[in-house]
Amino acid sequence: MTSATTAHSVVEPSATTRRVAGSLVVLYAIITMIPLVWIMLTAFKSPDDAISYPPKVMFKPSLEGFCNLFTTRSRQTPEFIRSLGPPQGLCDSIARDRNMVVAGPSNYVPRFVNSLIIAFGSTLLAVALGTLSAYGFSRFRVPLKDDLLFFILSTRMMPPIAVAIPIYLMYRTIGLSDTRLGMILLYTSVNVSLAVWLLKGFIDEIPREYEEAAMIDGYTRFQAFVKVVLPQATTGIAATAIFCLIFAWNEYAFAVLLTSGNAQTAPPFIPIIIGEGGQDWPAVAAGTTLFLVPIVVFTVLLRKYLLRGITFGAVRK
Amino acid sequence: MAQIKVEALDKSFGNFHAVKSASFTVEDGQFLCLLGPSGCGKTTTLRMIAGLELPTAGTIRLDGEDVTMNRASARDIAFVFQLFALYPHMNVRRNIGFPLKCEGIGPAERDRRVVEAARILRISHLLDRSVSGLAGGDRQRVALGRAIVRKPKCFLMDEPLGALDTEMREAMIHELRALHDRLGATTVYVTHDQLEAMAMADRIAVMNNGVVEQVASPRDIYDRPASLFVADFIGSPPMNFLPFRGGLQTGAEAIRLGERDVAIPAAREAMAESELVLGVRPEHVRFTDRGMVRGEVYGTEYLGTTQIVTVTTHYGALKARSPSSRSFRTGETVGLDFRPDTLSIFDKASGRAIRTALHERGTHG
Repeated sequence: MTSATTAHSVVEPSATTRRVAGSLVVLYAIITMIPLVWIMLTAFKSPDDAISYPPKVMFKPSLEGFCNLFTTRSRQTPEFIRSLGPPQGLCDSIARDRNMVVAGPSNYVPRFVNSLIIAFGSTLLAVALGTLSAYGFSRFRVPLKDDLLFFILSTRMMPPIAVAIPIYLMYRTIGLSDTRLGMILLYTSVNVSLAVWLLKGFIDEIPREYEEAAMIDGYTRFQAFVKVVLPQATTGIAATAIFCLIFAWNEYAFAVLLTSGNAQTAPPFIPIIIGEGGQDWPAVAAGTTLFLVPIVVFTVLLRKYLLRGITFGAVRK
Repeated sequence: MAQIKVEALDKSFGNFHAVKSASFTVEDGQFLCLLGPSGCGKTTTLRMIAGLELPTAGTIRLDGEDVTMNRASARDIAFVFQLFALYPHMNVRRNIGFPLKCEGIGPAERDRRVVEAARILRISHLLDRSVSGLAGGDRQRVALGRAIVRKPKCFLMDEPLGALDTEMREAMIHELRALHDRLGATTVYVTHDQLEAMAMADRIAVMNNGVVEQVASPRDIYDRPASLFVADFIGSPPMNFLPFRGGLQTGAEAIRLGERDVAIPAAREAMAESELVLGVRPEHVRFTDRGMVRGEVYGTEYLGTTQIVTVTTHYGALKARSPSSRSFRTGETVGLDFRPDTLSIFDKASGRAIRTALHERGTHG
């Protein structure tokens, strides 16, 4: 055995492997990030820069897209515009440069608020119901347990659009059409199957001894569930909540069919912007960029719960 | 502290009859081991005493009070799990104090009692550590701390040492026994390890297939097994069984084994002619040229001061314990003799031990 033969681990990757793997990950990240970065850049371009060819990477930033997103404008004669007083804020002055005046706020904010209420409301409901039923399926002798679980899963086997028309008719009859409550219930029913299955996996992993110990120490089963099981299921609950929120936040098909003036969410609204007075790409890009924010914030806030799973291990198996 | 009385306890899971009419009493301050192979119903029995499972039939009395259907938290017992069941999101101090918090005891009193429990278990230095960083033995001490901090009526332990390595287990056996002697707490301890049971228990209840086969002191369980199963399960190597056909008169002091008479403790009941089994512990087999059973040495296992000699005979392979000083050659023909006053006789069909003078000498249990 010569000194040239150094011991190398079969488990630890070598430095070269690490570098290659690292570069691949970075490359993949860049490829996936480009469309997002492009949308964000477009949001800050003027309409001319947005459609210029070749595309501009360096440009003079403008807030016109955001102004057009949040306001409705009307075209006026230059004489009329000159007859008005000084512009009311930044958006008004941008509009006047294009011979327009701000007529009022656009519908983006109410649509965005609808999205927030419906997405977070349905996520809360789906995760709450999902956690309770997953706990029940995990811990109790439920008659026909496997059949019920399969039935719950089977609700996801059909594309949602297949049931859209029956749901539309039912919603119209019972008055849930174009209501926030109707959309919350609809997204909850779609998400709850995912929540039950995901959370059952996580709760199955938590040894029963924890609750049993707490029950012997003086807790009722419900108290044991709240104080002992829930804290340990936070990882699963956080992951499930993120999945549910992303679905409800991005959902388009049901929203187009079932909502209009009252409960419309942001996804069906954003494409409408394109139609209003030419193809206003910066406004669309601004709407999309803002639309990304809640999911990013929510995921970042829950990140620490996602990572906490690693530190578990006080039970020896 | 309290007496636990289990009467005709039955538990079925669907078609599976886990516990069949189990009855035993644990006196105040006694340490009882429920011993048996896995799946024998010992853990189910313990969980019913704890209130984690409800029995299908039967009663459980704690200090005379019928608690059969009471909630676990209403029974004032402590349970130590094999997996320790420490809450990973709490540190040691909060884990030990948790049962007191459930009872609504104030922080000052709680802390005083946690510190006291930690002192008894010698884990005071670990109080502010996270439980996930602790070694197995320390985790088990924390789990014990959570049990003793409340001063419950009794302790129930489900294989608490099962997850520890051998060395730590032996240390903990002595610690647990010392703790029991110090607190005088009524304890029911489930294990499949006969050495643990023998080392710790005041009394052992041996279970098999949901049936309590024998409840007695470790010595009685070993010397006077009540059934073939107990005789076979306890002891390493287990008791030798020599099947024979014969009958017994009350007072008979010998049985006919092949061509020779073998002296036995005087029978105290009569047995009609039937298939019987003679039971001999390996240490009660003696090598003698005039032995009543002859056979060939098959092999030896060296155990230090003693060795186990396996001899193939007409009755099957017999194991004998012999001093290591004596040497055996494989294939050598040897004669075997049995110490008469220690022999057990079983009815092969029922597995039950036949009453003999052997059962009268014991003052144990």
